[in-house]
Amino acid sequence: MVIQQYTKEDILKMLSVITDPEIPVVTIQEMGMIKDVNIKGSSVEVLLTPTYTGCPAMNLIEQDIRMTLHAGGVDDVTVKLVYDPAWTTDWMTDIAKAKMKLYGIAPPLTSSCNSDRFTDNVIECPHCGSKETKMVSRFGSTACKSLFTCKTCLEPFEYFKCH
Amino acid sequence: MTEQQALYKYCLRLGDNALVQSYRLSEWCSNAPTLEEDLALTNFALDMTGRAQALLAYAGEVDGNGKTDDDLAYRRGEREFYNHLINEQPNGDFAHTIARLLYTSTYEYLFYTELMHSADERLASIAAKVVKESRYHMTHANDWAMRLGNGTEESQGRMQAAIDGLWMFTGEMFETDAADALLRDKNIAVDLGKIKIKWMERITEMVKLAGLKMPQGSYMQTGGLKGIHTEYLGHILTEMQYLQRAYPDATW
Repeated sequence: MVIQQYTKEDILKMLSVITDPEIPVVTIQEMGMIKDVNIKGSSVEVLLTPTYTGCPAMNLIEQDIRMTLHAGGVDDVTVKLVYDPAWTTDWMTDIAKAKMKLYGIAPPLTSSCNSDRFTDNVIECPHCGSKETKMVSRFGSTACKSLFTCKTCLEPFEYFKCH
Repeated sequence: MTEQQALYKYCLRLGDNALVQSYRLSEWCSNAPTLEEDLALTNFALDMTGRAQALLAYAGEVDGNGKTDDDLAYRRGEREFYNHLINEQPNGDFAHTIARLLYTSTYEYLFYTELMHSADERLASIAAKVVKESRYHMTHANDWAMRLGNGTEESQGRMQAAIDGLWMFTGEMFETDAADALLRDKNIAVDLGKIKIKWMERITEMVKLAGLKMPQGSYMQTGGLKGIHTEYLGHILTEMQYLQRAYPDATW
């Protein structure tokens, strides 16, 4: 009989050190990207959900998961991409949103702000808290963020879009 | 045609639309009118690449002959591509790209909203992901159509020419074939008749908001569903597939 070496909690604990390659202050778990962990004997399957279908960080994150678990003594690791249910910024924990704000990125509002017509949401400046801000570009350094500028403190900032 | 063959073709059509659009949008990289627009269009291209990967990977699984998403993207000939002709048309000026984005993103938003209710779970889950991205593309196209349409005489003229010029390729988006009919019966495929009404309403509204006139032409160019394309797809594939054709299985 094979003795099960790791529990799901053990694996999740190991994975909790992996941060988002683009926003290094938050972990992929806080982002809501780890959907589940399946353990069969000595093999571990991690279910990962992409934030955006074309997110170029996915390969890196998959690699991080494998390396982290290998380092923790788990040899047989598979990472499976799952699309259902679709990732939403609503899964981001409050802690993640708070850390993001401190880092200088305005965290997303709820996903219900994603109207299919014209968006007129108020995005707060993460630097000075002003509500007088203006979008300068629909996309920023990554697909998941857009660029804003604050009319009060004049600082530019990124906004993590509702999704 | 079996259900499996129909589903394979359906996935290819959706995947090819995304792949070919991705290619055209990528051509704007470093050529867009502003840096912000460069970022937006290339990020849309990235969304499309992700979408093509998900759909072509599924097509390969449905086919069951071990073909990967890369095999399907790089090793099929022009006559085996089923994308809508509108997606392979050259970018033209910026107004043409926006007009195409307006037509296709509105279509895709409505299409994938319906596909979320497909009896095929995999397609439904991909649709749930895609619909959010399409909504963003549509908002962007709407904003620019209004800005150009209500802008100067020059921008309005170009925007009008663009929506008129691409109009003849919009009919095909609602065309169906045997695969649609078979999958409709199983509640897998989307009812395009239903989409057409909503699409027409939205486009009519947007064209009005943009201060433009609805295109009048009634001739519609089709062929993509049968794998018959305009001259442009061949040129796209020549470039896109060059490496894998010249050096099969090359990796880096």
